[in-house]
Parts: sequence; C-alpha cells; structure tokens
Amino acid sequence: MSYIIDRRLNGKNKSSVNRQRFMRRYRQHIKRAVADAIKQRSITDLDSGSEVTIPNRDISEPLFHHGKGGINHRVFPGNKEFVTGDRIPRPEGGGGGGGGGKASDSGEGEDDFVFQINRDEFLEFLFEDLELPHMVKKQLQDSGDYKLTQAGFTSQGNPERLNIIRSLRSAHARRIALSGSTRREIRMLEQEQQELMALAELTEQQNQRLGEIELRLIELRSKVSRLPFLDTFDLRYNNLIRTPVPSSKAVMFCVMDVSGSMTQSIKDTAKRFFLLLYLFLQRAYKRIDVVFIRHHTQAKEVDEEEFFYSRETGGTIVSSAVALTGEVIAERYPPSQWNIYVAQASDGDNWDGDSDACRQLLFERVMPFVQYYAYVEITTGEHQNLWFEYEKVRSAFPDSFAMQKIESPGDIYPVFRELFSRKEA
Amino acid sequence: MSKRKPLSTGSEWTFELLEKYDTAIAKEAAHFQLDTYPNQIEVITSEQMMDAYSSVGMPLNYNHWSFGKQFVSTHQNYRRGHMGLAYEIVINSSPCIAYLMEENTMTMQALVIAHACYGHNSFFKGNYLFRTWTNATSIIDYLLFAKHYIAKCEERHGIDEVEALLDSCHALMNYGVNRYKRPSPISTEEEQKRQQTRSEILQQQVNELWNTIPKPQTEEHEREQPRFPREPEENLLYFLEKNAPLLEPWQREIIRIVRKVSQYFYPQKQTQVMNEGWACFWHYTLLHSLYDKGLVTDGFMMEFLHSHSSVIYQPPYDSPHFSGINPYTLGYHMMQDLRRICEHPSDEDREWFPEIAGKDWLEVMDGAMRNYKDESFIQQFLSPKLMRDLHLFSVVDDDSKNHLLVGAIHNESGYTELRRELAEQYNLGTREPNIQVYNVNVRGDRALTLRHFQHNSRPLGDSTDEMLKHVRRLWGFDVHLESVRHDEVIKTWHCPPKEETPSAA
Repeated sequence: MSYIIDRRLNGKNKSSVNRQRFMRRYRQHIKRAVADAIKQRSITDLDSGSEVTIPNRDISEPLFHHGKGGINHRVFPGNKEFVTGDRIPRPEGGGGGGGGGKASDSGEGEDDFVFQINRDEFLEFLFEDLELPHMVKKQLQDSGDYKLTQAGFTSQGNPERLNIIRSLRSAHARRIALSGSTRREIRMLEQEQQELMALAELTEQQNQRLGEIELRLIELRSKVSRLPFLDTFDLRYNNLIRTPVPSSKAVMFCVMDVSGSMTQSIKDTAKRFFLLLYLFLQRAYKRIDVVFIRHHTQAKEVDEEEFFYSRETGGTIVSSAVALTGEVIAERYPPSQWNIYVAQASDGDNWDGDSDACRQLLFERVMPFVQYYAYVEITTGEHQNLWFEYEKVRSAFPDSFAMQKIESPGDIYPVFRELFSRKEA
Repeated sequence: MSKRKPLSTGSEWTFELLEKYDTAIAKEAAHFQLDTYPNQIEVITSEQMMDAYSSVGMPLNYNHWSFGKQFVSTHQNYRRGHMGLAYEIVINSSPCIAYLMEENTMTMQALVIAHACYGHNSFFKGNYLFRTWTNATSIIDYLLFAKHYIAKCEERHGIDEVEALLDSCHALMNYGVNRYKRPSPISTEEEQKRQQTRSEILQQQVNELWNTIPKPQTEEHEREQPRFPREPEENLLYFLEKNAPLLEPWQREIIRIVRKVSQYFYPQKQTQVMNEGWACFWHYTLLHSLYDKGLVTDGFMMEFLHSHSSVIYQPPYDSPHFSGINPYTLGYHMMQDLRRICEHPSDEDREWFPEIAGKDWLEVMDGAMRNYKDESFIQQFLSPKLMRDLHLFSVVDDDSKNHLLVGAIHNESGYTELRRELAEQYNLGTREPNIQVYNVNVRGDRALTLRHFQHNSRPLGDSTDEMLKHVRRLWGFDVHLESVRHDEVIKTWHCPPKEETPSAA
C-alpha cells in the first residue's frame, strides 16, 4: 500500500536556519568579501547581492584519514593494455593516498568555496557594527501613523466586531439572573406536587391545592420561556483603539559644492558617499526624504539629476549652502518631527573669510536641530581654512558632528565606517 | 499475447497517473516476491530537494552550520547549472519515504518509484545489516527528539558552545559506531524518559572513576596499574561519552545523539554497491515487465533506457570523468550476472559457483540481498565473466618502490586475487584508519592515549593535528596519538603539541 502526498506546498526554507549558522560562522570572510566588493562596484549596483569566496582550508571539516605512503592496492576498470607485472611510472601528484590513487580522484580540495549572498545580507554585512548616532524616534501626532490595538470590549459597535462568545456569555448570565426567583418557585412547587402525588389518597383540600399548583406552574414556566434568548444589551463588541506609533521619518540633506574646482570624479566620489548614507538610513527609517542642495557662490535646492550632472562654474561660498539648509529645516522639517541628517561633500575650497561665517551659521541655525552632520573633504591636497573652522565645530558638538577626508574612491567605505562606527558609551 | 492499453502516453505526470503506475509496479513487485515496508511517496519541488540534500537526506534534523554549508554549495552549483539534482531521495524508515521531484517526467517518476519504493525499500527491509543496526520505525521519532533536545541546549548554553561540541562530534562521527554490539530500538517518549535518568546516573559513574578520595592504604601498594580501558575501545565517541571527566550531562547526551545518527548510517556505508545494484536491477526488471504487458509505450522505454544507461555508465580509468568505480555499475552488473548464472550458467560458472548455478534465481538473489554486505558480496559473487566485461585490473602502489606495479588482471591466474582486492576495497575497516582508545593516565595527568594500528604501513593524513584538537575538546585533558606498525610506535602526535620525544609506550 502506498500513500502519495503532495508536499510542494510545504515550506521550502527548511535550511535557512542552517544557512544562517553557516553565515554566522564565516562572518569575517563574508565581511572581507563585502568590503572588497564595495571598492570595485559602481554606484548603481551597490544595491545587489554579492559573491563570497572562502578558502577551502578554512571551511573543511576534518576527519581521520590516511595520508600518502604505505602500500595501496587499488582496482581499476577499463584495462586495455596492461598485463600482470607491468610497471607504470607514478603519476604526477597522485602517489596513491588513501583512496586517492590516480590524479582525477584528488582533484578537489584546491578550489575555493564560493557562494552568493543576497541584497539584504549584503547590506547587513556592509553596515554591520555601524550605528546611527543619536537616533531619536520622534513622536508624531498628525501623520496618521496609527496602529489599531485591542483594548477590551464595548457594548456598542460595528456588527463586524461582534464578539460572539462574550455576547452569549452575558446573555446566559442575564437569563440566569432574571429567572432566578421564578425557577426557585417552580422547584418548590414541583417538590410539593411530587409529595402530594405520592400520597395514597388526597383530601379535598389537597386536591384543590394540586390544581392550584398546576395552574401556577404553567404560568411560571411560560414566564421563564418568555425571557429573550439574546437581548440587545447582551451584545459585546471588540474594542479597538488607535495608538500613535513613534515616527520613523528621516530627512537627509545632501550638500555638495559644484564650483569649478569640483571635477566629475570628485562628484562621483561624493555621490557614492551619499548613496551609502542613503542605503544606511533606509535600514533604520521607514520613510526618508532626500533634499539636494548644491552651491557655488549661491546655493540652490535641486533634484537629483541636476544635483549630480549639471555643470556650473564659479567661485565658492559654502555658507550659502549652510544657510539654505538651515532655512529648509526651519520651513519644512520641524526637528520635533523629523530625524535630520546632513552630509556635506566638498573639495575643501572656500572663499576666504566665508569659512568663519559657515561656522557661525552651523552653530546657530543647523547644529542644534540635526541628528548628525557628516562632512567629507574629497581632496588629495592640504587642508584649507574651511577644515580648520569645521574642527572648531567638531569640538563644540563632538557627538553630532563628524568630518573625514577622502583621497580616493577606495577610501569611501572605510571613511563611511569611521564616521558611523558604533561608539562605546 | 493480448496487448493492453498503455497507462499513459504523454510525458506529463498527474497524481492519478502516479497512483496508477505505483499500483502497476506494486503488482509486478509482488509477482517477484519483493517484501517492502509501506511506501510514502512525496512530491516535492527542487528547492525542497535541496533542503533534503543538506540535512543528509533526512526529513528533519538538528541545526548545524555544516548543513548550511552543504545547502549553500548545493544551491550555488544548482543555480549555475553545474549539477543536476538527484531524481530521488529515499529514507530508510517505515513507512519508507521517497521524494519525487515535480520537474521529472512521468517516465522518470515511474523509474524512481520502481527504483526507490520497491528496490531500495525491499533492501532496507531485507538486508541483515539494516535489520540488525537500524530501526526503521523509530528513526524519525529519534531525530525529532534530537532536534528538540539540541535546540533546548542551544537555548540554555548558547549556540556557540553547542556548535563547537557538534563540530568535534562530527569530526569523530566515523568513530562513533558499534561494529559488533546491537543497539536496541526505542521511541521518543522512552528516549526522553531514559535520557533523564541516564544523565543522572552517568554523572555519578564518571565521578566514581575520577574519585580522588584515597582508598584504604592496603590497596595503595605500588603495583602495575591496570590499563584503563582494560580492552582497547574502537568506539571513540562512546568512550568519551561514558568516561570524559569534565563533560556536563547535556554534552554527553549530544555525543550520544551524534553516535546514534552515525550508527544509523553505518549500514548504508557498507552496502552502497549492493543497495544501488539491487535497486537498479529491480527498476530495470520491473519496468521491462510493464513493457512486456504493454502497459508502457516505446517512447517511455527509450527515455527510461537512456537514463538507466547513463546511471550505470562506468568511465574507464584513463577517462577525465573517471572518479573511481561507479557503485551503480558494479552493483547492477553483479545482480544481473547473478541472475544469468542461475538461469543460463556456463561451464565456468558451474565451476566457480556450483552451489547457485542453475538454481531458482529469485531465491538466490533474495538470499544474497539478505545476507551480505559489499565486501562479502563481492568476495562471494563477483564472477570471472564480469571481471572480463569490466576489464578490471589491480595496481599496487608501494611507496618504497619507484614504479606502480600492475598486480592481478582479468585472466585465469588473476581472478581470485582481483576479487579479493576489490572486496578489500569495500572493507570499511581498511578504508578508515584503525584508531582506538588505548590508555588513560588515570592516576596522573588524566591524559588520553589513542593508538593508530597501521595497515599496509599506511600513515595518517595531515588532518591529524586538527583532529586531536577535537578529541581534546571532548576529553578535556591532554591527548596523545601513537601510530603503531608491527607493535612498534612509529610516530606520535600530541595535543597540546610538545617536543617530539621518543614515546614511552
């Protein structure tokens, strides 16, 4: 007798736990592979999975086995020319280990173990040990960010929320309560009736009493049966209330210098940096607004396309961008409701005398409201006055202001890690 | 002969067709007196097949990274098209569970049903090794127990700790087998009950062995300390489970679980050639008898024969595809040969196999299936004709000589020798190094000494140091390994490593 069962609908990810265990064990390898991948990738496919290679010797599971040497006998198929007593030169590398013998059998062992990780895993390893500084979940009342939660029962409500068990239970209780005295009387009368019936012969009086009892019983029983099985005030409804959930909204300001000194390659580097930051924020916040602000001598809020690709030349006044950032925050992103992150990229050039103004603006208009301000200077040259002014800002806001220098695209990821590395409390 | 209508003509399968084919094949199997467990045929997807692959073919198993590694590599190879998945997996349990992949054609499903549900199934039920060592009815229960128990341990003691322990156990898995003593089958509830009492008693016994409270002085006279264990123990995991001084009860239990699983797979390792040969022989025979009755079409047979012949293909030794003797080829041909010897014996067969030549083939094959394992099966039944057909020859590789030497070949003077050597190749005892627990320094530093008894002067491989670390993790104290050739210690390993000194054995 055979049973044929269709198991195709059963879960197919039975091995996912084992897979996670495997990934957990080889974290170091995977992290290294991810860090390598990020250096080689172009910006556009930063968002996909990656291939991970682990040397086989790191991953093998040892067993006791025979080594080379000793006397091995082995039987082979497909003899064409040999007769007993023939001598064959020892094949290269083979030598005949335990079960090894001819070269083809010992072919494995040299290849590396290669496998694929998906996008989520890739990002997880990419941002491992990184942390959003001072991530405060802001409370937001008017966003409609509500969650319905069960909160007891009510006597009024929508029919679809009717709680049948509760309703019938209260109906039952009501019926018991309202019919209590009647039923007690019925019980007593029934008992009296029994006693009277048990007698051998009845007196006139007793006979009359029996008749009375019967009439009274009929009356009482109909009274009990008239009690409604379910009444409107028995009905109970599930009560759902709306509880506001903390907002997880963030806004990210990308501030970039587009003056003549910024070449396309510097802008590319900046773009990668912004992209990393965006991916990173995406993991922490459900909704992210991105504001692009570019500046030369004047700052302007633009869309992404223009931000990265349109070219303009001119001098550089960084304070214009900082001022605009402050304005946008004041206008559209009240700090009580938004988590604000600013990332600024520049080659470090600034008009002399403006850097001081930048510092002033940062102190007054920007730094008090933001979660984190990250400044990267993409240059191979010496630091200029902007850097030194910013250093003053850093010493005033050591927790929420960070600055790093990027020299080549390969630095982006390490610098990024540096900026967001988990700080010991 | 009245031709009947074929069961199906297309290549698509449906559940109704599966049932029809199964019924038809079951009828043929009954005709040939195949005795099987009830069948449970499960249709699964390729993803599920990969899941099954990575838990050593079992429908459930405890969690461990090595299974994940297996899964990851299977998945990767499959996605790149480097590897096809097996058409089937069959599990030695009662009912016997066979997985069919939904991607297979009707022909393949029928082939798999014949191969797994009647071939392997009857082998599992009949062969003496399986009858002695494994209990088909309780294995799924036991794995369920193991899974829960190990999950509980992970919760209580942390994943890392359990994982490290399992690593060490897995490394010693091949040395966790009782070769001679038969285990008694029990079910989950019993296992749980016993486990409770066992862990308590076990701990007490271990403490007894390591008791440091001085015994009465009279016994303390300096005498030759008896070795412990008195007899060398080949089941390393068993020895460690029972005697390792520092293990917690739960750790002993996990060693035991690995040991049990290893024991369960032990017969499969010893009967690969026979098991596959038997299953191939029967899918061939059963499907041909369906064809003879007109139940399957010519196209069906062509497709079937195509995959049958690729399964039993043996590349010659000098082919780039050669990777040892294909157990399917050897097994299948030996089974067919056995039938031939019974039905149409030649004079040579009469001389070599006087007791079976011309006998009833069903009876002879049934006897062979029940009472042999690979080693003895080959030793007993490999015929000169088959050695000639496969062009077998043996090569002697002696590291003290410069050349390999061709030993016996498929000729009159070589048959016996060739057969002996091939049989020896399937002897697990010579394939794996023979390592036993030799001594424990009970009164001193508690060091454990293992001994490797060399066979044909074959030394141990380069993983030995790594292995000793695993042994040490379980034992908890120093571990030494001595490699012995002709009662003489050739080489020693130590964990933790120490300066190479002449060992005082």
